[in-house]
Amino acid sequence: MSDPSSIGRPALDWSRVRSVLATDCGSTTTKAILIERQPDGTFCLTARGEAPTTVEAPFEDVTHGVRNAALEVQELCGRRLVREEGEDGCAPQDWLLRPQTAEGGVDAYISTSSAGGGLQMVAMGVVSSMSTDSALRAALGAGAVVMDAFSIDDGRPPHQKIERIRQLRPDMVVMAGGVDGGTQRHVLQLAEIVSAASPKPRLGSSYSLPVVYAGNQDCRTEVERILADKVTVISERNVRPTLEEEDLLPARERIHDLFLEHVMRQAPGYPQLIELADAQIVPTPGAVGHLIRSVAEERKQNVLGVDIGGATTDVFSVFGGRFNRTVSANLGMSYSVNNVLVEAGFENVVRWLPFDCEQVELRNRVGNKMIRPTTVPVDLVDLQIEQAIAREALRLALKQHKEFAVELRGIQTDRTISDAFRQSHRSRSLIRMNDLDLVIGSGGVLSHAPRRVQAMRILIDAFLPQGFTEIAVDSIFMMPHLGALAAHHPEAAAQVFERDCLVRLGTCIAPVGRARIGAPCLRVLIEAERRTHSFECAVGELRVVALPLGEFATVQVTPTRRFDLGNGFGTSVQKKVGGGVVGMVFDTRGRPKPWLNGSGRLERLRQWSRACEEYPEGHEDAIQNPQDAGMPLYG
Amino acid sequence: MASAYTPGLRVTAEAQIVRERRLPLQGEVLVSEGDRVAADSIVARTALPGRVFALNAAGKLNIVESDLPSMMQVTQGAKVTEGDVLAETPGILGLFRSRLVAPVDGTVESISAATGRVMVQASPLPVEVQAYVDGEVVEVWPSEGCVVRTQGALCQGIFGVGGETRGRILVVAGRGEVVTERHFGSESMQGAVAVGGALLTFEGFQAARQAGVRAIVAGALDYQDIARVVGRQVGVAVTGGERLGITLVLTEGFGRIEMARRTFKLLESLEGDVAAVNGATQIRAGVVRPEIIVPSRSSSVELQTTHHSRLDVGSRVRVIRTPNFGKLGHVTELPVQSRRMPSESSVRVCVVQLDSGDSVTVPRANVELFGE
Repeated sequence: MSDPSSIGRPALDWSRVRSVLATDCGSTTTKAILIERQPDGTFCLTARGEAPTTVEAPFEDVTHGVRNAALEVQELCGRRLVREEGEDGCAPQDWLLRPQTAEGGVDAYISTSSAGGGLQMVAMGVVSSMSTDSALRAALGAGAVVMDAFSIDDGRPPHQKIERIRQLRPDMVVMAGGVDGGTQRHVLQLAEIVSAASPKPRLGSSYSLPVVYAGNQDCRTEVERILADKVTVISERNVRPTLEEEDLLPARERIHDLFLEHVMRQAPGYPQLIELADAQIVPTPGAVGHLIRSVAEERKQNVLGVDIGGATTDVFSVFGGRFNRTVSANLGMSYSVNNVLVEAGFENVVRWLPFDCEQVELRNRVGNKMIRPTTVPVDLVDLQIEQAIAREALRLALKQHKEFAVELRGIQTDRTISDAFRQSHRSRSLIRMNDLDLVIGSGGVLSHAPRRVQAMRILIDAFLPQGFTEIAVDSIFMMPHLGALAAHHPEAAAQVFERDCLVRLGTCIAPVGRARIGAPCLRVLIEAERRTHSFECAVGELRVVALPLGEFATVQVTPTRRFDLGNGFGTSVQKKVGGGVVGMVFDTRGRPKPWLNGSGRLERLRQWSRACEEYPEGHEDAIQNPQDAGMPLYG
Repeated sequence: MASAYTPGLRVTAEAQIVRERRLPLQGEVLVSEGDRVAADSIVARTALPGRVFALNAAGKLNIVESDLPSMMQVTQGAKVTEGDVLAETPGILGLFRSRLVAPVDGTVESISAATGRVMVQASPLPVEVQAYVDGEVVEVWPSEGCVVRTQGALCQGIFGVGGETRGRILVVAGRGEVVTERHFGSESMQGAVAVGGALLTFEGFQAARQAGVRAIVAGALDYQDIARVVGRQVGVAVTGGERLGITLVLTEGFGRIEMARRTFKLLESLEGDVAAVNGATQIRAGVVRPEIIVPSRSSSVELQTTHHSRLDVGSRVRVIRTPNFGKLGHVTELPVQSRRMPSESSVRVCVVQLDSGDSVTVPRANVELFGE
């Protein structure tokens, strides 16, 4: 991450900071948290507030929303943070009380942002599975939403590419292509396409669109010449200097800097926000990615992070030290909720509902959520529908992530006879569910689920982890804030992350394999705190065993011969497992394809819910007929 | 907290309405500040760049890329007409010449000795922007567009499809009726903005289109009929570019939902007046709702814009999610602490005294300000 002091207020001595106000300016809501140093010297979260984001008319100044969110924090924590307009003769932009004094105020203010659509980019490369993928990874890693990716080999004729680039109006373009010393002709063809399109930036008609060129360094000058009068070219090191190597960091950092220096300055109120902040504004997904990377590095684990928002779902992964991020642009829980239903299909959504639901009824309810995206479910039927959709949004987002997060393509590899027979040209995905150690979920539907077990069920059902996998959620959606803080005060960020942000739900233990429902599946022996507990699980069960936070247990699981928990079919596995607010979930519904449909589906869903205490007791009686809770006529 | 921010739809008989009329690219603005304009006046125009043809010249002429500049018969920037020779090889003793001709009228954008390609851009496509509503030009952005202000009735819908259109308002059904094909038999409906109904059926929509109706304003539609209307699944609510020949505005949503009494009464009172209708909807950052605007016949009254987005005690609101979906009332309390809902969600709420007299606790997110 770039130098925090290069833009905005004078550099702050972070070692002396006692309190931090951090905001995340989202598309619809600005979320503020207050972090304070405690008498024992550690940092913790003390208040959280939110207010609608004010990028749009009639406000057109993002700092109004920041101020409103800070006011809510002030109200909840009972400590003064905000000056009244004109108070003490201060300029209106100095509304935030700083530094901290006995009367109130904070020492530092930081922010992330995805408001106004965040950073919207176009990626370009020569070969879609090679340089374009590298350009995509650079853009996504910097926190961008990639509107489209163009390659010489993408099947679209040049005039279609040109038309599309003109329509898109991105904030920035990243262009790769060719290894150093390799093809020039195709890279120059790309440059000609951009030149012919003469793309205009989304915000601000007076500035020239930045194009980050990170391709073959031998044709850098020629690319700059072709594009000279149309866009601003910023050359960076090649993202794919050789076939065997991918070097994303320089391009990623350059994208981030350009976002701050050019794009953000065009957005309503962002110059004021930049002035207000004590550190650079970070794109929200960039901050979350930074935090996920830190967690994976610190724990030396394979980590999968997901942030399911209103419009998009971001998936982050670190497998074998390799970081990947994807954005599923139209999978989300409010603006895009209906698109989840369209993409997943009615059958896939309804399979998670513990009641019968007419197609027309479900589509109308989901349609109404789409057009009134900020509403929240009041009754259980609505909650269960939203959670069913969340399962499908996450399932689809992970599918897209698995297809993208693959080993580098274009590398010469030894192929075996079986590879030759398979005729597979696809690279192996880096995301192997049986190697996954930790899943972290974030986003309103997970963070604000009324019962934590609901979030755990959503993540297990959507991702179908295999073997032993720890599951956690972001308690109140503060990973972006902490990701931004980690760049300046890693100690405070780590303390708040462990203490207030990460809610350990427990561990999912799920064998790979399939047999008829009711057949023997697992023998389990749990030893914890000098107590032992043993039981057997049949195929098709979900069983929760409580193991409180802070406790550990040694779990020995012996699968039957049709099932594998990581050591081979029928071979037992012993692991030390940490506790969580839910505990251990033994999932014998089968992997990779679990028992979900077919006869008895409703009864099985209800059994699983009961086993997990997922919903209030007696809820099934209340939902005999969901249409009863439907929309009445009114006038 | 004594107030909160919440979105709302406007349904009002008299408002000051300003609409931006912006060109897609820079061009020429044809009006000046203070000009009176009619809805169909052209206020700005521009030319969109024409389609680009990337010609594989080296391949077509069977030459190496670096030889291309010497074979060119025209220079970069030259205007060409369809069939003009762009490049030609000398052949052998003047025979067997290969030629590259312009595929379209346009301009030679680039000639590349590196890639062997010639880019020809077709002639620009003219684009004109109309005033959309009768009114006055109150601001001009040089080369970009203008702002037109009018006074009159404004009714925002919740979802629509189809672009800008105009027509006389004609009430075809009561606010609680199911609108079917039988409502669109008369020839007098040609060019009308048809209003009414709790649920518009797909058959009703088809009949309206065949009857030449320009726009339909209805309470609701079954969501699955949207795909039949538009011809594709609408996953995200970003619409307005559809070319259906008819614009559709839903005032309430999906399912069988009566048009709100106030909305219906307002539109009914305007029957016979010419309305500007736009179905464009964008439910994303920068939310755009569909609308019906009926400029006043007199423009003597100067109105202040009174559109608030603050929820206060006393605010008039409508509940926009089950239970109590659609009911109107006044906010009586805005508690600071969160409350637990039947779904067990803990949310910030407002207490609403419904018009029926009942007092209900509703998540703040589930009410909208009902602009009056």
